[in-house]
Amino acid sequence: MSQAEFRAALLDPGRPAPAGLTDPDGRPAGRRFDVYRNNVTVSLTEALRQAFPVVRKLVGDEFFTAMAREHLRAHPPTSPVLMFYGRAMPAFLETFPPVGQLPYLADVARLELALRESYHAADAAALPPGALQDLAPEAVLAARFTLAPAVRLVASRWPVHAIWSANMRGTPVPTAADAQDVLILRPQFDAEPLLLPIGAAPFVAALLAGRTVAEALEAAPAFDLTATLGLLIGGNAITGLSTGD
Amino acid sequence: MSHSMKTLAVATSLATALAAHFAAPAAAQEAKEKCFGVALAGQNDCAAGPGTTCAGTSKVDYQGNSWKLVPAGTCTTMELPDGRMGSLEALDRDLPQG
Amino acid sequence: MLDRTAMDRLPARPGVGYKPQHFSNILADAAPVAWLEIHAENYMGEGGRPLAQLRALAERFPLSVHGVGLSIGGEGPLDRDHLARLHRLCGWLNPASFSEHLAWSTHDAAFLNDLLPLPYTEATLARVADHIDQVQDHVGRRMLLENPSVYLDFTETNLDEIDFLTEVVKRTGCGLLLDVNNVFVSCTNRRTDPEDYIDRFPHDLVGEIHLGGHDEDRDDTGAPLLIDAHGSEVTDPVWQLYARTIRRAGPRPTLIEWDNDVPDWPVLAAEATRAARILDRVTA
Repeated sequence: MSQAEFRAALLDPGRPAPAGLTDPDGRPAGRRFDVYRNNVTVSLTEALRQAFPVVRKLVGDEFFTAMAREHLRAHPPTSPVLMFYGRAMPAFLETFPPVGQLPYLADVARLELALRESYHAADAAALPPGALQDLAPEAVLAARFTLAPAVRLVASRWPVHAIWSANMRGTPVPTAADAQDVLILRPQFDAEPLLLPIGAAPFVAALLAGRTVAEALEAAPAFDLTATLGLLIGGNAITGLSTGD
Repeated sequence: MSHSMKTLAVATSLATALAAHFAAPAAAQEAKEKCFGVALAGQNDCAAGPGTTCAGTSKVDYQGNSWKLVPAGTCTTMELPDGRMGSLEALDRDLPQG
Repeated sequence: MLDRTAMDRLPARPGVGYKPQHFSNILADAAPVAWLEIHAENYMGEGGRPLAQLRALAERFPLSVHGVGLSIGGEGPLDRDHLARLHRLCGWLNPASFSEHLAWSTHDAAFLNDLLPLPYTEATLARVADHIDQVQDHVGRRMLLENPSVYLDFTETNLDEIDFLTEVVKRTGCGLLLDVNNVFVSCTNRRTDPEDYIDRFPHDLVGEIHLGGHDEDRDDTGAPLLIDAHGSEVTDPVWQLYARTIRRAGPRPTLIEWDNDVPDWPVLAAEATRAARILDRVTA
């Protein structure tokens, strides 16, 4: 009996247990094989429940469990490091017919994935604010900011920040289907999703891509620059500055 | 925006953002430094994501994909202007096994 | 170069599997817990709170790194990326012990998140020994191999589990991790005698002992089928088997494992106290 057969039967409860597996009297393993089947399904379902608490709340517990079972059989983890399990979930949600009426669900899953990536990202000390204060305006425009490894940007055409916050923090549920862009910062150890000012996402994306401040401003025609810089500085997100080249 | 206006805008924005940052109470900064223990209540409870186990379970759930489910999540209370939003498809289907 | 001296650096006292919700309790007063074990895979992020907590714990306690995802019994090659992650973690943490399981969990790039069983044959033995050689070379230290909980038998099996483990040690120079709950679970499920298993075990090769709770189910014939669930107190028969082990082997580093439905710290500390009393009785 090969591990390929064992694996196939683990992930497909419609298959019989592989031959060559028995109880102590030599009878077919039956329920004994189901213990392994059950361990795989329950443990990976639990992993997905922990990974996507807001998606779970949105669709309800029973629905999520059934959906997770289908997901884990189609997309088992590809690494034993389970903290990042679920990267296939947003694309899965986009094509899973039973959630077709919830078009925002995939972006909520993207936000939850990004929060986890941020939580486990490398530590980095923020640039002392004085280093920014001393810069001449021309030098600021020419500068490239290094942003902390924990910074993530989730742009969405749905109110994902409000949806997340309503389900995790008990804030009012959104009453308008506005687009919201979320900036995730980790000032210390807690990853925090922050609502970006309208139009600021291309600016932050350009900074993340290593563009100069001037180039980043070109990318974003109109947005609240003061508020955006305030978020980045207050969230210890700017960790380096290069004024060369 | 002209180059000189842009220069001025950046300088003003940065100065305002820094002033606000320096005005933040020092106690809040200090508290952040110490908080490497447990996550703040209600914050990031799930941020670490799934961990590992080396244990089995006796909680049973390994059946096939045969569903008959009604939506029961918070999405059903979310009334948004977009007509598509706010409801799950009621699930009533049997997927082929295998 | 292999570090072949690290085997006994864990104290022969009780330890517990570390859970982040117990961080403050442990820093305030860990007694009688003398050391901690972590699952390697939960500390393979790049930074943040998990690694900060681990650094703080490493300053105060001997640590054991217990891998749960290497798939040493897998038919395919070991995951090179995962070996590199283990090397990195053990490198900066310098734990007192490093252990993994006699099991497989990955096949064809799918990680199944369970410790799956192996037939005990010469082919399996050769593969496991080869993989352990690679692990010890890559990670740069000796490892302990843990006996599994099993729920079924393979018709292919023609080697005894203890003979299999002993031969792996002979070929690779690794040590053993004796999980006494796994002995009770496997022997009950296979209808063999757990006391006989303990009496025959090569205790001089054991660097660490595990204890944990199990659940009871039934197979198709109504026979007891124990599940290694780590979600409850250690049962009385397992405590008796542990006391028998310590009487034969002398005091050994002993871990309380509790992975599901993790209780408040005092419940876990009480389990460690019970292990301490058994260790004290033999030492006295």
